[in-house]
Amino acid sequence: MNRFLLPLGVFVLLAVFLGIGLTLNPREVPSPLIDKPAPAFTLQQLHAPGKSLSAVDLKGQVWLLNVWASWCVSCREEHPLLVELGRANVVPIYGLNYKDKPEAAMAWLGEMGNPYKASIVDADGRVGIDYGVYGVPETFVIDREGIVRYKQIGPVTPQALKEKILPLVRKLQG
Amino acid sequence: MRRGLLSCLWLIASAASGADTDAQLEPRMNRLAAELRCLVCQNQSLADSNAELAVDLKNQVREMMRAGKSDDEIKTYLTDRYGDFVLYRPPVRTTTWLLWAGPFVLLAGGGVVLVRVLRRRQASLVVAEAQIETSGANLDRARSLLAETPTDQRP
Repeated sequence: MNRFLLPLGVFVLLAVFLGIGLTLNPREVPSPLIDKPAPAFTLQQLHAPGKSLSAVDLKGQVWLLNVWASWCVSCREEHPLLVELGRANVVPIYGLNYKDKPEAAMAWLGEMGNPYKASIVDADGRVGIDYGVYGVPETFVIDREGIVRYKQIGPVTPQALKEKILPLVRKLQG
Repeated sequence: MRRGLLSCLWLIASAASGADTDAQLEPRMNRLAAELRCLVCQNQSLADSNAELAVDLKNQVREMMRAGKSDDEIKTYLTDRYGDFVLYRPPVRTTTWLLWAGPFVLLAGGGVVLVRVLRRRQASLVVAEAQIETSGANLDRARSLLAETPTDQRP
C-alpha cells in the first residue's frame, strides 16, 4: 500500500498543476505598466488633424484608453459595448487609432458609431509599443494622477466591463 | 536635368551607405532578436517572426542600436513595456526561481529515488545469496537425486 503512496502523490500534484495550466490564457501577458505612470504621448487627433493631444492634457480625470483600428476584427466585437459606455457618460474614452489609415478609421467610426472623446493617430505604432500593445484591441484604465491601473487585453467583454472595469473606475473616481 | 541626376546620385549614395550600416548592424540585431520572444506568435523569436509587431520591434531595436544603445539597454526598454515575457531567458527572481531550479530539483529527486531503489535491490540480492549458501545441504541432495535416476525409466 505504502509503495503506491508516493507515485499517487506525484500524479495528483502533476494533475493539479496541469489543471491550473489549462485555465490560464497564454495570450494574456501581464503588463509591467500596471501601477506605473502611463507613457507620455503627443499625437495628432483623428478628427482634427493639426490639433494634438498629450497624455498630460488628460490628467485630473479617470479615463480609458482604447487601442483600436479599422482593420481589427475583434474591435468590431467590442465596439457596440464602448458606444453604449460612451453614451452612459460614466468615464471618458479616448481612442488610440493604431497603425491605421485616417480615412479608413473615420469611415469605420461613421459606420460603427464614435464613443471616443477624441481619437489620436498612432500611424507608425510607436506609442503602441510604449504601451506594450501586442494584440489590438486593448483597453487601459488610467487614474487621475496618470497611473495605469488596469489593462484589458483583447476585446472588452460585458463581463469584464461589469466585474472589473466599471467597479475600478468608480473606485478611482470615488 | 543636371539637378535631377545629382539628386538621383545622392539618393543612390545615401541608400548605399544606409545599407552598409544596416549590414553591420544586422548580425547583432539578429543575435539579440533570437533571444526575444514575439508576443503575437508566442513560440517564435522576434528574429524568426514576420508578424507586423515583430517587424516594428526589430526596426525599433535597429534604431536603438544605431543610436548606440547597448543590448542590455534595449532589453530593458522592451521589458519595461512588455514584461519579462519577451525574454527567452528570464532573470532569476523570487517569482522565477522555481523555473530555474525546478529541473535540478527534479534531477536530484530522481537521483535519490534511484539510489534508494538500487540499495534495496542490492540488499535483497545479498539475502537471496545467503539463502542459497545456507541451503548448500539441499543442493547436495538435489545433485545426488539427479545422479541416481530410477532404472525403470532407462530406455
